Amino acid sequence: MDSTVVSTGTEDKTWGGGNNPLRASYGKLMMWFFIVSDALTFSAFLAAYGFSRFKFVNEWPIADEVFTHVPFLHGQELPMIYVAFMTFILIMSSVTMVLAVDAGHHMNKAKVTIYMFLTIIGGIVFVGSQAWEWSTFINGDYGAVQTKAGNILQFGEYVNDEEGEEVFKRIAIEDFAVTVAGDRVAHERNNGIWFTDEAALPPFSVDEIYTGLAANDNILVRTQILNEEGHKTVLSRAESLRQIEENGKLVVKGANLKVNEYGTTLFADMFFFITGFHGFHVTMGIILNIIIFFNVVLGTYERRGSYEMVEKVGLYWHFVDLVWVFVFTFFYLV
Amino acid sequence: MAQEHKLEIFRGLVKFKSNKDKIWGVLIFLSIVTAIEVVLGIYKPDILMEIWMDPFEGGGFFATVGNIILSPIVYMKPLNFIFIVLTIVKAYYITWDFMHVRDETGSLRKMIVWTAVFLISYLVFILLQEGGYVFNAYNGADSLITHDF
Repeated sequence: MDSTVVSTGTEDKTWGGGNNPLRASYGKLMMWFFIVSDALTFSAFLAAYGFSRFKFVNEWPIADEVFTHVPFLHGQELPMIYVAFMTFILIMSSVTMVLAVDAGHHMNKAKVTIYMFLTIIGGIVFVGSQAWEWSTFINGDYGAVQTKAGNILQFGEYVNDEEGEEVFKRIAIEDFAVTVAGDRVAHERNNGIWFTDEAALPPFSVDEIYTGLAANDNILVRTQILNEEGHKTVLSRAESLRQIEENGKLVVKGANLKVNEYGTTLFADMFFFITGFHGFHVTMGIILNIIIFFNVVLGTYERRGSYEMVEKVGLYWHFVDLVWVFVFTFFYLV
Repeated sequence: MAQEHKLEIFRGLVKFKSNKDKIWGVLIFLSIVTAIEVVLGIYKPDILMEIWMDPFEGGGFFATVGNIILSPIVYMKPLNFIFIVLTIVKAYYITWDFMHVRDETGSLRKMIVWTAVFLISYLVFILLQEGGYVFNAYNGADSLITHDF
């Protein structure tokens, strides 16, 4: 046996191997390595968001004007409410996860099962909310005109609110645009070159917007430039007409990777990219949680004598929550 | 499997009887912090919306160093500074109590935290500095680029 099992004579020495200086298992350490590197990826994205924002620091969209919707409360402007709800859901599912880990330490299979199940439900509610948030953002609400330089011109009028203060109230483009005859129709396969077609045309042309604007004396144009008080600049009536006539290029409604009715396109790009990458992580976390959940139900960890797998997937799940805390701050608060 | 947990938070100010109590306690704390953020985010008090102190003028060595040291005060709205501090507080309690970093050995804790802190600070510094530079290239008095048309 001496020829196959080599004894180095260093087993009891510090560098002899078999030592656990960090007192953590291999799997847990590897999960930590992954989390630290993933944290660097996410911080690179958020730092890139900061870069774009600093580049356009005096014209960045105001998040409170963009994310104002809450499901079932149509037409009301309630910034922050829904995203606060989403944050709470994710923190709550973090809590059920950590309770599952705690129950695992006590080898309590029934409780681990229940808490894992609740964690999965929380994750699904969060991803669903994010999908709703995306769809609202993509559909947009008021519409705007994009200029030749890619700037956004929005419409609205001055009205008095309940306290009698003069506020700028946004007006949707379909409420004042005048349909002009002889407008260009979308090129389809059946009425043009058969092998090409094009994407749907914008709902209105700039001409129609201009005609509508000229017909309504109360409507003013708002640029994306922030003034001293941090509000967007509202142009005078003459300047409004001039901007649309001379610089208006494209009518946009909603946001995608090319245009964004709320302001600079980079805002939409960053929003889709970062919340999308985070949502992808949450989705992966849900799938991992489901796998672990079934292993718990089947008694795999009961037989193994340790619920450490729950703890490892828990680390990942908390990390996803941690990232959301930062996304929440930098996209919705700051 | 008897894992021992450190059960006190706030440097021993609050001590919980069991790990489960600690989890709920941390949840309450995180919820309060989030609620403060949301309320401040909705109401945006005017006093927190303007910068309290102007940066040092002149561009000399001490003015530059002073501006770098005081950058959260001279370049940032107090409200945003509060948000970032509260976020880091939340991040601390999520990692320390939910991810059990409090119970790990000191060397593992430092490995995780300092690696991330140093690299992220570096990254953020570089990118924000560069973003400010591009802003000046667009908007400076001698700028040759415009996107206002």
